[in-house]
Amino acid sequence: MKNHGRWYLFFFLTPILLWLFLMILLPHMDLLIMSFRAEDDFGEMVWSFANYLNFFEEPIYWATFARTALYSILVTVLTFIIALPVSFYITHVVAPKFSGFLMLLLLLPFWVSELVRVYGWMILLRESGVINHFLVQMGILDKPVEMLYNDATMILGLVYTSMLFMVVPLISVLESLDKSLIEAAYDLGANMWTILVRIIIPHSMPGIVSGSIVVFMLTLGNYLTPNLMGGKNSLWFTEQIYNQFIASFNWNQGSAFGFLLLILSSLIIWAGLKLTGQKLSKVVK
Amino acid sequence: MIRSLPNSKTYSICFKLYVTLFFVFLFAPLAVTSILAFNDSMFPALPWNGFCLDWFFADTPSRLGIFHDQMNLDSILVSAQTAFFVSLFATSVGTLGAFLFEQEEFRFKQLLYFFMLLPLVIPGVILGISILLFSNTLGTFFEESFNLDVGLFRPGFWLVVLGQFSFITTFVTLVVSARLKKFDRTLEEAALNLGANRLEVIWHITLKFLRPAILGAGAVAFLMSFENFNTTLFLVGSQPTLPINLYLQVRDGSTPVINAISFLMIFGTSILAFVNLYFSKKTE
Amino acid sequence: MFTLSPDKNMQTDLSVQNVTKKFEEFTAVDSVSFDVEQGRFFSILGPSGCGKTTLLRMIAGFTEPTDGIISIRGENMAGVVPNKRPVNLIFQHLALFPMMNVAENIAFGLQRQKVGRADIQKKTETILERVGLPGFAHKKIDQLSGGQKQRVAIARCLVLEPTVLLLDEPLGALDLKLRDQMKVELKKLQAKVGTTFVYITHDQSEALVMSDYVAVMNKGRFEQVDTPQNLYSNPSTPFTAQFVGDNNAWSGRLTGLSGNMATVVTPEGNSFTINTHGKTFAPDAGVDLFLRPEAMLIQPDPSMDQLNRFEVVVKAILFDGANSRLLATPLNSEKELIIGLPQNRQFDHIRPSDRIEIGWHGDSGICFPGKEGRS
Repeated sequence: MKNHGRWYLFFFLTPILLWLFLMILLPHMDLLIMSFRAEDDFGEMVWSFANYLNFFEEPIYWATFARTALYSILVTVLTFIIALPVSFYITHVVAPKFSGFLMLLLLLPFWVSELVRVYGWMILLRESGVINHFLVQMGILDKPVEMLYNDATMILGLVYTSMLFMVVPLISVLESLDKSLIEAAYDLGANMWTILVRIIIPHSMPGIVSGSIVVFMLTLGNYLTPNLMGGKNSLWFTEQIYNQFIASFNWNQGSAFGFLLLILSSLIIWAGLKLTGQKLSKVVK
Repeated sequence: MIRSLPNSKTYSICFKLYVTLFFVFLFAPLAVTSILAFNDSMFPALPWNGFCLDWFFADTPSRLGIFHDQMNLDSILVSAQTAFFVSLFATSVGTLGAFLFEQEEFRFKQLLYFFMLLPLVIPGVILGISILLFSNTLGTFFEESFNLDVGLFRPGFWLVVLGQFSFITTFVTLVVSARLKKFDRTLEEAALNLGANRLEVIWHITLKFLRPAILGAGAVAFLMSFENFNTTLFLVGSQPTLPINLYLQVRDGSTPVINAISFLMIFGTSILAFVNLYFSKKTE
Repeated sequence: MFTLSPDKNMQTDLSVQNVTKKFEEFTAVDSVSFDVEQGRFFSILGPSGCGKTTLLRMIAGFTEPTDGIISIRGENMAGVVPNKRPVNLIFQHLALFPMMNVAENIAFGLQRQKVGRADIQKKTETILERVGLPGFAHKKIDQLSGGQKQRVAIARCLVLEPTVLLLDEPLGALDLKLRDQMKVELKKLQAKVGTTFVYITHDQSEALVMSDYVAVMNKGRFEQVDTPQNLYSNPSTPFTAQFVGDNNAWSGRLTGLSGNMATVVTPEGNSFTINTHGKTFAPDAGVDLFLRPEAMLIQPDPSMDQLNRFEVVVKAILFDGANSRLLATPLNSEKELIIGLPQNRQFDHIRPSDRIEIGWHGDSGICFPGKEGRS
């Protein structure tokens, strides 16, 4: 099969090269270049570190940056903690005839636009929302309280949005866990906790890592949920980027922010892969 | 512990309760959104004033149902057109990519594969701004060098298509590659042995085998495009897509017409999900 | 129900009394009782679906019996969870933990018992030595061969010094050659460590080679519990006769009875005399008759009287070394018989479609009251 003409190779290769160079590599190089350009005192564009200096000099910028990073990690951890028991239940606890149905039920909400899901949470949680309505009617609250627009609801929204990307890899990796391993551990005297720590989690590591990377990346780059559910004080770094590009029209500053976010996400993903000894090309499967 | 082991009552009940709560958490926002689309009220909120279909069919100054709401209808059409082109381009190039990475050998293959995976780890917002920047750079270049005003390089319909295409193609490539991996290459060798050329082999044998994966990936690509927000936000011109349009209305507050649109989207995507599931079941 | 070698000095390690397991309508295990004495190699032999795995899982504690008592060294195990029972199970596919190395696998159970670090290391080394794998402590599981994995799985359980070791067809996944080798090894290992083994299998050769006692199980019940030799030579039920070793079966009709010797006429019209071994038959009753391949003598010497003689046509010669057979049918019949073919060159002249005489002694067959003889 290796002796067919090179013609076929170019037939396959050309569109891929065009795609990756024109739409991925060159735009990001452009982003990098733009981030090092700034106006000097005479209004001329020159090479400069000004955009990056700005970032470190303005507390609001790097504070938002750090907050976004920490909250993204928090969201990833929370999503994992919530998703693991559900994935385990579907793969190993519930009767097999129900597990397919539960799986479908699990996927359904995530076929629906993120905007619709966030909107659903808004009409549930806001001051005139459904939950407040019921709490007041039941006499638990005297008057409605605003549950939206704070860090807690923002995190709730982000966890909700990310859930699928944690559950799916976890389920696929748990499906391959031989139940006799759990039985054997139990037979050798292990309790629930030991089985979780020594058997289930080590076995699920590839799924946990790939789920965590995707969740972390999507949370870090999310704009919609923090913007709609977060409060005035829960600024997300993507909102800073948006402000620079659309509101202030300072594309150079925005590029620097964008590049910093890209570096942050690459760094944390790289660290995650290194810590757990996984490879990116393995994890995406 | 697991279904083949004896479990204590408390353990089973707690686990069931947890999973039930989880599913309530999962479906509560969608259910509430859908139900309030039928509430006879000016606001998407309780109390329940009775069932009505105004937010679908009414055409009065105070109540404009979705089927008469020209602005929202337009954005649905824009989204559908965008999704059509994105899924068409992404499945074509993604399938070529699958062939390239699964069946061809060339220098720097690993490096190119790594580049192909990049869109998975680049946040959508960054992808949006970098494509915006690059198209602007190209636009300026063409204008200054050749005095040409190329519409493609300005925010608008085609830029949105390109922006979404750039990351959805990665997804298609991975799905089709996964299927192509399972392909028994001796079938190709048999066809070559029987006198077919490579192109005929691909057309008659390999693509037939890949068809379910390509169709499935195409459907998911359509949905991903239809619902994309992050990348689109920076590339959109005078024709907003549905998610962008909805975002503006949700942010600024709106009538339950949004619930009506949401209901239709939930309904539509559910049907698409079931169809996709049906076909993927059938191929297995 | 079944009492074995009434040696009063032996301690009973495992006692199963009237144990029943029902899954909704289906009765997987139907009132089974048996005792296993200390240090025995006890096998439960039965076809798949006979309930042997369910029985084993009840002893291990993974499944609760619907009825009956399981006790180990006199202690009732009802309500005792698997991780608190003094039994350990070798799984069908061994269930070695792939995320741990050999030493960690073996240490796993000891750590659960809060054994000290130094002790664990010493015990791990000792047990690895004992199963013939010294120096394997830091190997990964996927670096081991099938036989080595087997031994690690056994070591992992034996290091906990269980009262009873349960084995769920652990040789099933091995290829034939290795399986034969492991049979012998397992038997030797059991003799060396002296732990009580309860072994389930559908492979009669495994059960016969290794066991002190074998229970033949069918449809949730024990058909017979006996030594391997007795199972083979004195099967007490038609099922055992057919399941343990090869047997030729006939359905016939009783035409005469004098003392212990019955005369049976087969549908082909042959008349055989056979020892009833004390079983009672009604006159003119149906009789199921079983005859081992090696009980049939090819072209017996005319001087041997008291033989049942008849003629067969050779269909094929199934050459298999010491285990060679003839496939033959009696005259005027489609019924296929398997006849032992001794490889002493005496019968080298036999060719397919030859007509030869067969003889067998009335004491070497087994008969049971059967269905009404078809004619």
